[in-house]
Amino acid sequence: MSVVGAVLMVVGALLAALGALGILRFPDLYTRLHAASKAGAPGVGLILLGSGLSAMDAFTLVRAIVGLVFLILVAPISAHLLSRAELRTGIKPVSATSIDGGTVNPEQ
Amino acid sequence: MMEIATTIALALLGLAMVGAVIRVVLGPTLADRILGLDVVTTLSVGIIAVFAARTGQFLYLDIAVAVALVAFLSTAAFARYLLSGGRE
Repeated sequence: MSVVGAVLMVVGALLAALGALGILRFPDLYTRLHAASKAGAPGVGLILLGSGLSAMDAFTLVRAIVGLVFLILVAPISAHLLSRAELRTGIKPVSATSIDGGTVNPEQ
Repeated sequence: MMEIATTIALALLGLAMVGAVIRVVLGPTLADRILGLDVVTTLSVGIIAVFAARTGQFLYLDIAVAVALVAFLSTAAFARYLLSGGRE
């Protein structure tokens, strides 16, 4: 079980590093939020799960799973709040993320 | 085994944190900086969890959960500030 925990921790840290690369390289906030959500919930969640598994103790594992469930619950909420705030301040997504290359029209 | 794995994980998390801090410094909008700070605090949760496995002190997992809670609250508060017409 300790080997599984170690592998999960390395995979989670790899996901977190890739998410940070996306935060650095993507062109605007809306695409960066996509990368940040991957670094947050699955990356750190896998690390928590691996840490709980490596303890080989049911109570510790339950505490780690509580943290994982909390991360999965709040990651979409904070991403939604941030993108809503950015859209309200009047900053449009870059045209490369739109199919017709035009502006965003929510009424369509 | 656990020693090597936690060393690799800590190195990767540190690299990711450097990337997030660069995004906080560069901006360009306030929401980008808030996003970078959110990622930094979330990554610190991961670092605490790896540290718990490395030292065998699993009490640190409780601290990780508490830090995750504070990270969400601060991000929500900053986003509400932006929504209420906050300035950069």
